[in-house]
Amino acid sequence: MPAALETEKLCKSFGALTVAQNIDFRLEAGARHALIGPNGAGKTTFVNMLTGALAPSSGRILMNGGEITKTKQAARVKLGLGRTFQITTLFRRLPVLDNVALAVAEREGVAKRMWKAAGRHKEIKDEAMALLATLGLAEDAGTPAQDLPYGKQRLIEIAIALGLRPKVLLLDEPAAGVPSQESARILQVLDRLPPEIAILIIEHDMDLVFRFAKSITVLVQGEVLVEGPPSEIAHDRRVHQVYLGEQRHA
Amino acid sequence: MSGYTVDARIRWTEWIPFVVALAGFFLLPEYLALGSRILIFILFALSLDLILGYAGIVTLGHSAFFGLGAYTAGILSAKLGVTDPFIQLSCSAIAAAILGVATGAIILRTRALTLLMLTLAITAILLEVANKMSSLTGGADGLQGVVVSPILGLFKFDIFGHTAFLYCLVALFIGWWAVRRIIYSPFGAMLTGIRENRARMHAVGAPVYWRMVLIYTISGTMAGIAGALLTQVNQFVGLNVLGLEPSGDLLVMLILGGVGRLYGAFVGPVIYLVVQDWLAKQYPEYWYFGVGALLITVVLFAPGGILGLADKCLQLLRQKSSAKASAR
Repeated sequence: MPAALETEKLCKSFGALTVAQNIDFRLEAGARHALIGPNGAGKTTFVNMLTGALAPSSGRILMNGGEITKTKQAARVKLGLGRTFQITTLFRRLPVLDNVALAVAEREGVAKRMWKAAGRHKEIKDEAMALLATLGLAEDAGTPAQDLPYGKQRLIEIAIALGLRPKVLLLDEPAAGVPSQESARILQVLDRLPPEIAILIIEHDMDLVFRFAKSITVLVQGEVLVEGPPSEIAHDRRVHQVYLGEQRHA
Repeated sequence: MSGYTVDARIRWTEWIPFVVALAGFFLLPEYLALGSRILIFILFALSLDLILGYAGIVTLGHSAFFGLGAYTAGILSAKLGVTDPFIQLSCSAIAAAILGVATGAIILRTRALTLLMLTLAITAILLEVANKMSSLTGGADGLQGVVVSPILGLFKFDIFGHTAFLYCLVALFIGWWAVRRIIYSPFGAMLTGIRENRARMHAVGAPVYWRMVLIYTISGTMAGIAGALLTQVNQFVGLNVLGLEPSGDLLVMLILGGVGRLYGAFVGPVIYLVVQDWLAKQYPEYWYFGVGALLITVVLFAPGGILGLADKCLQLLRQKSSAKASAR
């Protein structure tokens, strides 16, 4: 069975600076996979190549066995590749419901309709509303996104991605900047995501990573250092040296 | 004023502009020429609001469409003898649409200042072309001899401007209705998404670039129709429909009224053109000073334009009355 998402010898360099070097990576169907690594390891660059926001210098990207290396970002979304952003990227002044409805409308192909009022597209509103309800955001539907506390904004970030009904979901630091008591809420939401979605999470919160992920890839200076289940990664000497060790000293 | 949470039904207040226009038609017959000009600029401003207020495309070159529309109608009539008003309007619309696709497809790949300069360059080029091709356009002297047949063969353009005013009012009504439909539709909501966060719009799978080319073309087409109306009403085309100046005037009108509010495009041109008309009579040499002072005042003290200010006042009033009600 082909992997949900796969890279072969993926490379990226900006001039002399190499930020990704021969990355071979497999995200299995229904996976709960984490990508970790110290700052500047190239994690976000890697995600940007997966989504199509950034073109790789060389190598291949495959989704369900089909090559998508040259596929445009919008087309990858249509294939079922969703993402969230490390830095909250919302429609800040729009109501929370619209934030999600825009994604749902795009998926349903409704977004290019120019005649019937948006407010009368009940099926779009209902689906966005139901999605918000599952994340505990139903009460905030009418509030502009920027007026919500940061923890909730991170949840909207996830809600928008779910509105696309992704088969593969890339979560770029979903708990970044969220106070620890609220990150529990985010973990709760992540735990309840449909099991058939393959999820790749990039996260600095090790607590969250080890509780959520079933497998972990460690990226260091644009290269895969080691890959394995959390129990192995936690006891890997090299990982301690370059990553966890660094953290202890910091 | 767009999106999935708003009620799209027409409120009674939205009929006010048209009631006022009709009242003006009967009560101020000596101002019908100014009135027609205002109606045309409202249509022009509406087209700008569509791209600036909703899609967030900043342009200083919207006169390119207006001018092309004006010259297309003028040349058809004066040089080719096509005098039917609807054929003139349609040809102007088609010409403007073609310009919209052709230039939009190129310049909308850029953003911010680069985009602003490119829009300015396009209208500047058209201005120079119109200036140099004087055999076709009349050059700096303007295009004389524009003839427009009676509308539907029934309503002749009279020297008092009765027909012209009502003709423009009907055109504006149709334009307003179409723009309103677009704004309230899922497409309109999607446009505000592009304005608010383009990266996110890409990430939800929207072909942002093509959508922008589409709305730019629709907006340009409307501006072209507005230009054609000006030609038909004046029976003359001058170089002042092209270049920076009409684009800048238009932008000032929309900012005065309020950007991204649909009715800012109604309020702005009325105030701007009435003030301009009045100042030009009182102080023929310094009227631009008055317009400048007005713009500075509005931008400093009412950044949302006159409608934005009105909104704030209404909110304050409501808060006060609800505070009173709860105090009882």
